[in-house]
Amino acid sequence: MSARTAIAAPVILPLLLSAAQLAAQGHAADHGQDNSGHTMPDHSAHQQQEQAPEPDQPMAGHDGHARMDHSGHAAAPKAGAMPMDHSAHQTGELPSGSPPPAAFEGPLYAADAIFGAATMAQARETNRATHGDMKTGTLMAERLEARIADGHDAFLWDVQGWYGGDIDKFVLKSEGEGAFGGGRGGSGGGVEDAEIQALWGHAIGPWFDLQAGARLDLEPETRSHLVLGVQGLAPYMFHVDAAAFLSDRGDLTARIEGEYDYKLTQRLILQPRAELELAAQDLPERESGSGLTKLETGLRLRYELAREFAPYVGVGYEAKLGETADLARAAGEDPDGLALLLGLRAWF
Amino acid sequence: MICKESPSPVVSRRKFLLGSAMAGSAGLAAGGLAVPAWARGESLTHARQGFGEVSGDRIALTIERHHVTVGGHKGHAVAVNGSVPGPLLRLREGQDLRIDVTNRLDEDSSIHWHGLLLPFQFDGVPGVSFPGIKPGETFTYEFPIRQSGTYWWHSHSGLQEQAGHYGPIVIESATPDPRYDRDYVVLLSEFSAMHPHEIARKLKVGEHYFNYQMQTATDGDMPADERLMWGGMRMNPRDISDVTGSTYTFLVNGHGPMDGLEYLFTPGERVRLRVINGSAMTFFNVRIPGVPMTVIAADGMDVAPVEVDEFQIGVAETYDVIVAPPAGSHALVAEAMDRSGMGLASLTSSAGTRAAPPPLREPVTLTMADMGMGAMDGGHGGAMKQDAHGGMNHAGMDHASMGHGAMSRGASASTPAMNHGSTDHGGMDHSMRDTSSLPRDVKVGPGLDMVAPMPMDRMDYPGLGLDTVDYRVLRYTDLRAARANPHRMPTRQLEIHLTGNMERYMWSFDGRKFSAVNDDPIRFAYDERVRVKLVNDTMMAHPIHLHGHFFELVNGAGMMNQPLKHTVVVQPGSTATFDVTANEPGDWAFHCHLLYHMHAGMMQTVTVRPFPAPEDEA
Repeated sequence: MSARTAIAAPVILPLLLSAAQLAAQGHAADHGQDNSGHTMPDHSAHQQQEQAPEPDQPMAGHDGHARMDHSGHAAAPKAGAMPMDHSAHQTGELPSGSPPPAAFEGPLYAADAIFGAATMAQARETNRATHGDMKTGTLMAERLEARIADGHDAFLWDVQGWYGGDIDKFVLKSEGEGAFGGGRGGSGGGVEDAEIQALWGHAIGPWFDLQAGARLDLEPETRSHLVLGVQGLAPYMFHVDAAAFLSDRGDLTARIEGEYDYKLTQRLILQPRAELELAAQDLPERESGSGLTKLETGLRLRYELAREFAPYVGVGYEAKLGETADLARAAGEDPDGLALLLGLRAWF
Repeated sequence: MICKESPSPVVSRRKFLLGSAMAGSAGLAAGGLAVPAWARGESLTHARQGFGEVSGDRIALTIERHHVTVGGHKGHAVAVNGSVPGPLLRLREGQDLRIDVTNRLDEDSSIHWHGLLLPFQFDGVPGVSFPGIKPGETFTYEFPIRQSGTYWWHSHSGLQEQAGHYGPIVIESATPDPRYDRDYVVLLSEFSAMHPHEIARKLKVGEHYFNYQMQTATDGDMPADERLMWGGMRMNPRDISDVTGSTYTFLVNGHGPMDGLEYLFTPGERVRLRVINGSAMTFFNVRIPGVPMTVIAADGMDVAPVEVDEFQIGVAETYDVIVAPPAGSHALVAEAMDRSGMGLASLTSSAGTRAAPPPLREPVTLTMADMGMGAMDGGHGGAMKQDAHGGMNHAGMDHASMGHGAMSRGASASTPAMNHGSTDHGGMDHSMRDTSSLPRDVKVGPGLDMVAPMPMDRMDYPGLGLDTVDYRVLRYTDLRAARANPHRMPTRQLEIHLTGNMERYMWSFDGRKFSAVNDDPIRFAYDERVRVKLVNDTMMAHPIHLHGHFFELVNGAGMMNQPLKHTVVVQPGSTATFDVTANEPGDWAFHCHLLYHMHAGMMQTVTVRPFPAPEDEA
C-alpha cells in the first residue's frame, strides 16, 4: 500500500466501518448472549434462574447434549406467571433438563436396524439436501438503461447474480457505461467504463453478507482490484451495497450505494437510489482526486409487468465532487449533469 | 372426476358420496372433450381432476408423472392412480391393511399416512423411517388400523406433495356412528402452473414474489409511524402467506372455484363434512354463510361438539363438521388466510344450482401481538398501561440492551404486556432480536431474524383475520376431547423455538436447519410424558406436525379433556404447548407442515427409545 493510501485511508475506513456497523446492528446482541444477563440490573430474575442447580446429568458415552439442556430457561416463564400461560396454571414446576437415560438407549437411527445402515445413510444424505441445504441462484439486471442527457447520450448496465446456499454464495457483479455511437459530443461511442466482480458472499447476520473477491476493470483500462464489502438490507428496508477496492497499483477506493423501493401500488414502484464514490488518493489517469469523487443519484419509477420484468423511467443526477470536480472544471468539462433515464429492471 | 364408482347415490341412510361425485362434471367433461388433449398437444397422461376411492385389506397405489389442467392452466402433476388428488383410502377401524406403493417417477418417492398410528418403519418419511421408494420399485406398507376418523396421505419426498401427490383417508369406526346421514370429503389444496422447484427458488430469491397485497402508498390504512416501525425492523406486516393466489388456484377435491363442484343433500339431513387441509402452504378460513357448523372432530379425534360459523384450518389439520342446511344452494367457502383467493363448492339441495360466493374479504395485516409484543386485543387479559413501565423511556427504548427480564420474565414487575394502541413506536426499531432471552441451545445466526420479546400463549386466538368477526369462530380453547384421556402429569418440560429469516427464506427449529441436526434428534424415553412448549420467534403461523403420535393441546380444557391433535398451529410471535406421551417407539419426523418451510429446513427427528420397545410395554 502506498504512502498516500495510508494517509487518505482514514477518510474511507470510517465510512466502511459505519456501513459494517449498520450491517451488524441486528447482531450486536449475538455477542452479548452469554453475558448480557450479568451486566444489566434488570436481569436479576434471569440470573437466579441461571444459577439454579442444573438437573441434567452428563450421560456416559454421550457428547454433551447441550441442546437438551433447557434448565433454567424453560423454567423461567414460571417466574413471569403470564396470565395465559396454561402450563403455569395446570402444573407446578416441571424439570426441564436432559431426557431420562432410556432416551439414549438403542440405535441412533432405528431404521438402520430394519433397512440397513448403508441404505439409510444414503437416504439421510438426500434428506439433508432437500431439507435445508438447497442451492439456488438468480441473475438480475437491476439497471439496463439509456441515459439521455444534453450532449451526451449514454447507456448503462448494472447486473448482479448469485448462486449458492443460505450462508455462502458465489456472487457475480458487472457494471459499466458508455456513449451511444455518434453522440453529439463527438466521442464516437463505445464502452467507456466496464467492470466485473467475482465475490464470495458469506452471511454475517440475518440481513447482511460479507463479500470478498476480485474486481477486474476492462475499461477505461485493464486493472484488477481486491474487493471487500458488505451487502444487504438495512433498517427501514434500504438495500445497501458498500465495498472497498484495492487496485493492483495500491490505490484504495470505495463505493457505497443504497436504494429503497417505495410501493405506490402493488406494481408501480418508485425507487430512489444514491451512490457515493470515494478515493484515498489522486488517480490522475482517471482524472480523479482524493476524497469524495462522485455522487450519483436517481429516481426511477418502474412498473412490474411481472416481478421479473419491469420497465422504468427516471431522472438521474450525477456530480463529480471535490478535487475531482475541480479537475473536470479545469479540463473544461461540466462536473455535473442531469439525465433522463429509460430502462428495464429484469431478473431470472 | 369420478362419478359412479361410489355407491348408488340415493336410498342408504349413510351413503358415502365423494365430493367430486355430482360436480358440474358434465360441463367440465364437455370442455375437456371438445378438443381431445392429444390434439391440443398435451401429454396423453393427463391426470383426472378429483379422486376415486380404494378400500379393502389390500390396496395398490401407483405414483406417476402427469399433467393436470385447472381453470385453463396446465401444470406438472405427480398423480397417484392417475388422479389429482389421489384416491380416497376408505378404511375400517380394526382391519389389517397392506398397501403396495409403486413409484413410476424418475425420482424417489414416498407416502406418509398423515395422522395414522403405525409402526414407525411404515410412516413413510425417507431418511427417517425408511429409505424411500426408488424409481420402479414397489414398497409394501403393512399395518393394522388402530383408530377411526378423517386423515390424509401425501408424499414426503421433495416437493411432490405440491404437485398433487396427496389424498384423503377416511376410517370408519368399528361401532356405527349415528351422528350424520351423509358423509363428504372436503379436501382443500392448491394448484399452481409454476413448478414447485421454481416456487421454492422464487421464495429464496426474495422480492416478496407472490405477495400482491403489500401495503403501498394507496393500499392499507396503517399509520405512517407504524409503517416506519415495521420498516425499521425490516419486517413486512402483510407477510401473511409466502405463496398466494397470485400463482395458486385453490382447490376443493381437486376442483377450482369455477368448476362448479356440488355437494348434494336433502333438506333435513345431517351432513358430515370431513374438511382436510391438504395444501402445501395455505391456511383456509372455512365457512358456509347462513349455515352453522358443528365441529365434532379435530385431526381425526372426536371432540365435544362446538357450533361455529367459521373456522380457520391450518395446513395438515382436519376438522369434521356436521351441518344441517336448509333447502337451497349454499356456498362452501375456503378463503385463503391472506384473502388472495378462495376454494369454492356448492352445498345444494338441487343439482345444478350453484350458490353465489361471497366476495373476498379485505387483506389482513399483522399486529404487534404477531411480533410477540404481547397482547393487543385484550383477549389475554394482559394489556398493560404504558406507565407500568415506570421510568422507561418508551420512545427511545432499546430492547437489545435492555434487560429482557424486565419485559417478559417480569419476575417482580407487573403484568408483562404493553399498551401499543397509542404509543410512539418510532424508537423501537431493530429491537426485535434480543438473543439474550433465548435458551442457550438456540443457535443464533443468520437464520434467526427475530426473537419474540414477549411470546404469549394464544390458544384462544382463532387465527389471523378471524379475531374481529362478529360471529362464532373456532378457537383451540373450544376443543375438548370427547373421550377422557388418562390423567398423567408430564415429568419433563421441553422448549423448542420456531426460528426463521423472512428475507433469506430460512426456517428452522432452535436456529438449526434439519440438514444440520439430522444426527442430533429430539429424544424421548419410551412412555415418557413430556410437556413441549413451542415458541414462535417468527411472524408467520406455523402448523407443527409430530408424526406417529397424538399430543394433547394444553388449552385449558383440563388434563383429562385436552384435545388430541397431530398438528398444532403456533400463532406468530406466540407460544403453544402440548403434552405428549412418547409411546410409539422408533424415529419420527417433526416439522412445520408448510411445505417450503420444511424444505428450507424446519424439521427435526424425534426418537423414542429404547428401540425396540420393552416387550412388556409394547
